[in-house]
Amino acid sequence: MGEITNQGIQPGGMGIDLSQFFEVFFEEAYENLASYESLLLEMNLEEPDDEALNAIFRAAHSIKGGAATFGFVDVAELTHELETLLDLARRHELQLTTEMVDCLLASGDALRAQLKRHQSGGTGEPTPIDHLVSDLRRLARRQAVVATVTDEVADDGYPRNAVVALSGERIITIRVGPNEEGFDVKSLLDLFDEIPGMGKACLVTGERAPSPEFSDLTVTTASGDSDLIDLFTFYVDRDKVAIMQRPITPPQSAAPEADQGFGLFDDLPTTLSPVSALVPTAAAITESAAVAVAAKADKPVAAAESTTLRVSVEKIDQLINLVGELVITQAMLAQKAQALDPNQHSGVVAGLTDLERNTRDLQDSVMGIRMIPMSFVFNRFPRMLRDLASKLDKRIELKTSGEATELDKGLIEKITDPLTHLVRNSVDHGIESPNHRIAAGKPAHGTITLSARHQGGSIVIEVRDDGRGLNRERILAKAVEKGIPIPDKMPDQDVWQLIFAPGFSTADVVTDVSGRGVGMDVVKRNITSLGGTVELESALGQGTRVSVRLPLTLAIMDGMSVGVGGEVYILPLASVVETFQADQSKIKSLADQGKVVQVREEYLPVRPLAKLFDVPNPATETSRSIMVIVEAEGKRSALVVDELIGQHQVVVKNLEANYRKVDGISGATIMGDGRVGLILDISYLVA
Amino acid sequence: MMLDPATSSFSRNEPDIGVGHEYFNSLKQGKQAMLSILAVDDSPSIRQMVAFTLTAAGYNVIEAADGQEGLTKAREKTVNLVLTDQNMPVMDGFTLVKNLRSLPMYSSTPILILTTESSDEMKAKGKAAGATGWLVKPFDPVRLVEIIKKVIR
Repeated sequence: MGEITNQGIQPGGMGIDLSQFFEVFFEEAYENLASYESLLLEMNLEEPDDEALNAIFRAAHSIKGGAATFGFVDVAELTHELETLLDLARRHELQLTTEMVDCLLASGDALRAQLKRHQSGGTGEPTPIDHLVSDLRRLARRQAVVATVTDEVADDGYPRNAVVALSGERIITIRVGPNEEGFDVKSLLDLFDEIPGMGKACLVTGERAPSPEFSDLTVTTASGDSDLIDLFTFYVDRDKVAIMQRPITPPQSAAPEADQGFGLFDDLPTTLSPVSALVPTAAAITESAAVAVAAKADKPVAAAESTTLRVSVEKIDQLINLVGELVITQAMLAQKAQALDPNQHSGVVAGLTDLERNTRDLQDSVMGIRMIPMSFVFNRFPRMLRDLASKLDKRIELKTSGEATELDKGLIEKITDPLTHLVRNSVDHGIESPNHRIAAGKPAHGTITLSARHQGGSIVIEVRDDGRGLNRERILAKAVEKGIPIPDKMPDQDVWQLIFAPGFSTADVVTDVSGRGVGMDVVKRNITSLGGTVELESALGQGTRVSVRLPLTLAIMDGMSVGVGGEVYILPLASVVETFQADQSKIKSLADQGKVVQVREEYLPVRPLAKLFDVPNPATETSRSIMVIVEAEGKRSALVVDELIGQHQVVVKNLEANYRKVDGISGATIMGDGRVGLILDISYLVA
Repeated sequence: MMLDPATSSFSRNEPDIGVGHEYFNSLKQGKQAMLSILAVDDSPSIRQMVAFTLTAAGYNVIEAADGQEGLTKAREKTVNLVLTDQNMPVMDGFTLVKNLRSLPMYSSTPILILTTESSDEMKAKGKAAGATGWLVKPFDPVRLVEIIKKVIR
């Protein structure tokens, strides 16, 4: 017989704590869901790719396996339905339709919600999935060509007989009893072994077993009812044998067959006909054959699986911190070494040069660990655009480039929201309805292009659309309405920047997608807080391009160090426009606004840093003071400093974490000589 | 006391040299620690759980994420039992089993297929591929150890 009853699964069994694997399961499930979703979105429904169908099936199957193993019954139940539908699809017994894809996508969302709920402790309302389950079943049943086991219920309350179309056998239940004392029902099982061709039988035990005086046998056979009853009369009276329908696991439960948990193939009768592709056991499976299987490009996740390592973010941050300290120490050593005579201490000097190079390489390498490709951000947009486009009745095509461009993980997390808002804006206000577009001589579908590329020490992310473009007149009109001063002949660049003003929205109808007027100023503020800039370019009727420029990482910054009365301050190089020595003649005093300096045609406010920060021992006013023009959020000021020290990369340290928040100071760094240099917050200074 | 490795049993052929309970256990552990199992599954969480469970039971566990990797690792080190998932990318379980069986050192190694259903089709495929047996997922880890103990050689 060789079959052992499996009584059911208790997560954890006896002594193994399965919860230690939960986090890994959740990570893996989310990855599977992401791959499931993107494959569905890319699927060509007319000619679906077999590899893709298999991959989607495997994604659902994998989630189900883990969910069932670790006791997440609701997840297992939903994925079971997905698996059924997807299995039919991959066997080409069913054609995927848009309706099915929509249902599959919605189910993916529900799964994500279920997983999140479990991940955060399992409290709160469970996700409703009944409508999804019934939709999935309806879609599967309608299209399936061959059902091997149906779950329809016959009139007598027992499920209809299962017909295994392939082997010509059927599976039935035979009830024997009431049994006499001492009757060994196993003797009936032996009959099937002794008499060839009758099929195979096993005893139903455990929960499904009937009362003690009766025994149920599950029989797989090609023989007819009367033959079977005849067989049993070897050991029991004819009237003690009843052939019943085989009780099938109720569809609601996703648990596997409770009575067949494990078995050995040798015990299977040879009457079972073999199914589908049988490969004769070759004498030697050549290396090339095995390699040919692998050569077919598969989803990178599976291949990368064995070559990646999961590390907590805290560990990485700690590592980056330590390397930052190392860089500072190395810089201090380098500075001390400058006092050494290179001839006398050639060894030390050479060693320190090597150290500097090694430290720089180490730093680049470590910073690189936190770098993640932009595809992590771009990946959400195909789905978002599909939903948005259908909601707004527009046709949108998404193009992406530079997905492999990398950005620090911290920045990736913070750029996602602003970027999402920009894309939503493009869809909502930029791209016109198909009719409008055709009337304008454009293709009915609008195109949104997302791109990312490195440029110097920055990353430039662009959102481009071929929509209606920004309307200069309307923006100016709105600005006037809001009382914003508009100089004559304002250049387009500056006009576009007006939309970043708080409460600004020229949308005629506020849709719930965007356009409540709170969006763009928040976007700009978010980007600026990351040390970045955002610029707009537009042509009426043709489209708009939004360019976001971000530093590659928050932890390291290009800075210009300036000296003020013996103190060192760092200015973010990205904010520095130019430096010059101003003639006193160019400095004027305004009654209520302090001093201004004339730079070409402009008058810029003068900010003496010594006064602002109450620096002791300021240099006495010389006839020509050194000024640094800085710019933030479109405003410029001229800072007065005593000396320009230099430009270099600084490791940014968090002031708030080490001291407290100080207005006007965005961070601190340790200079080469060990002194602390404060990094100035330019937006505070130009306000 | 003599330890018969084939049956893990002790017999009194020699005078008792004071072999105690711990020594008996450590010998048994030692024997088990020499037994290796190859666990192939594309789900990291299942793999980790299986590896943890079997390592705790005293086996040496080698992991692989798909059939191809499994085949490579099986070649590198001969194992005493192979546990493989059915649905995996690159090379699925049945193909892996067929490939293993064509290697002389794996012609009779116990190979179990982890499957989510015990359908006739699966059984036919498994038998044709040459697997020793199947185990339905989800399974209780403790039961897994029991089954492995029965089947491993």
